Amino acid sequence: MSLYMDVIIAGFGGQGVMLIGNLLAYAAMEQGLNITYIPVYGPEMRGGTANCTVVVAQEDIGSPIISRPKSLIVMNQPSLDKFQPKLEDDGVLILNSCLVRAEDAQPRVRAFCVPANEIANRIGSIKMANMVALGAYVAATGIVPLEAVKKSLGNVVPAHYAHLIPKNEACLQAGYDCIRA
Amino acid sequence: MADAVQKKFIKGNEAIVYGALDAGCECYFAYPITPQNDIPELMSALLPERGGSFVQAESEVASANMLLGAAACGARSCTSSSSPGISLMQEAISYLAGSELPTVIVNMNRGGPGLGNLGPSQGDYFQAVKGGGHGDYRTLVLAPASGQECYDMMIEAFDLAFKYRNPVLVLGDSTVGQMKEPVVMRGPAPRNDYGAEDWRLEGARGRSPRLLKSLFLEDNSLGEHNRKLAEKYEAMQKEARAETFATEDAELVVVAFGVIGRIAKSAVRELRARGFKVGLVRPQTLYPFPSALLADLARKGRDIGRHFLTIEHNCGQMVEDVRLAVRRDADSAFFGYMPGDMPSSDDFIGPILEALENRNESKEHKE
Repeated sequence: MSLYMDVIIAGFGGQGVMLIGNLLAYAAMEQGLNITYIPVYGPEMRGGTANCTVVVAQEDIGSPIISRPKSLIVMNQPSLDKFQPKLEDDGVLILNSCLVRAEDAQPRVRAFCVPANEIANRIGSIKMANMVALGAYVAATGIVPLEAVKKSLGNVVPAHYAHLIPKNEACLQAGYDCIRA
Repeated sequence: MADAVQKKFIKGNEAIVYGALDAGCECYFAYPITPQNDIPELMSALLPERGGSFVQAESEVASANMLLGAAACGARSCTSSSSPGISLMQEAISYLAGSELPTVIVNMNRGGPGLGNLGPSQGDYFQAVKGGGHGDYRTLVLAPASGQECYDMMIEAFDLAFKYRNPVLVLGDSTVGQMKEPVVMRGPAPRNDYGAEDWRLEGARGRSPRLLKSLFLEDNSLGEHNRKLAEKYEAMQKEARAETFATEDAELVVVAFGVIGRIAKSAVRELRARGFKVGLVRPQTLYPFPSALLADLARKGRDIGRHFLTIEHNCGQMVEDVRLAVRRDADSAFFGYMPGDMPSSDDFIGPILEALENRNESKEHKE
């Protein structure tokens, strides 16, 4: 069976779910894999709900739209409520335990509870909680090397935030260590 | 030109722009509309850098008539819009076809009729393929299903436009426009104007004047003109193309275009893994339609009672062309997913199994 993974990343608008979706997709592309990235969001810049779907595969990708994802990153409670029922059995669930009740994770899935806001806050800003969650996701799935994700930051983060890349790298690493340690 | 090749992680809408630029696009005229505004946005940044003209027109009626002028001068021109905007362009598209002028028109199909909604749809199939304007004409229609095809088909569209002196439509939807994928770009494509210097308007100094028109009042002149057009449309048939997948021994062949085609491919793959003999044809050109390919599949599948299922993001349009193509040896069932949101492959599993089941029933009935 050739490599295949899909993930829905969901949260509030403003939590950076699109950014880490782009980052994961970019890193996978740099690994020579096929990828699709598709965003779903309302008209608002902040608030509201936002999610994106990333598919990573060795084979050419058919559907970019996934109804029963193999993995899930949820940054807030409404996202867990909405997407957990769709997650496949034994699917990987990365849960931001600062905003999501960890006890709501179902036993049928492989849940990883990560205090993403808290870790990001300690490193510099809760705005980077998304990076902590992605670091944890990479550790839990091994879909791409963490180094590839770090290297892709410069291609995905807008130029005027480039000075924040080292802190984003630290957050990716902290999320990764939180699972692997 | 190996150094010109680069891979970018971009939206389908952006791939449309890079494809147009590598095809040598010189003029772009458009009026903004969701869900394709990434096209004019990026075009406004890149086209002037390359010495081309970007004009935001006052309406879609104006942008389409600007195309008419630019195309008459032999310039490589294009526009983009979404469904309601494309409706406004139909008069000019009819004139472009009647005057035999090459241009490229991108339609990122959204929900309709009327203002509909901003979600993906394939409701404009009839308009694109059967001719949305008046008169007895055709436009070539290409249907991309990925970012790569958005890029490749724009290059092809410009080439076909000049090869046949005809408008070419690229029909996508908001999903292929908004989705991001890696796209390999090969740099400027070889340019062939197919003898445009013999017809384009460039000032008549030193030669007799030329006239490009769609008005034919003299006795028999319109008939003669339309017959000539019909011969041209006949010649276009060889450009028909489709992706086929697992059709060899398929008892049921799914026919679907654009993003719906690739979603159907996932459903077909899953059902193949479960042992069902299903296949897929994804038309990449909608006009000319890959009728010969479908007719051939129907004929070769006669012995196994091969049947077809057309899946569309509308209430049933392309299915008419599929039925026409396979009518001698088979028929096509239909499943329509309503516009507004996007189906997943799960939404197609049931309808495919049902069509397969019905095929078996009708086969037993015949025996």
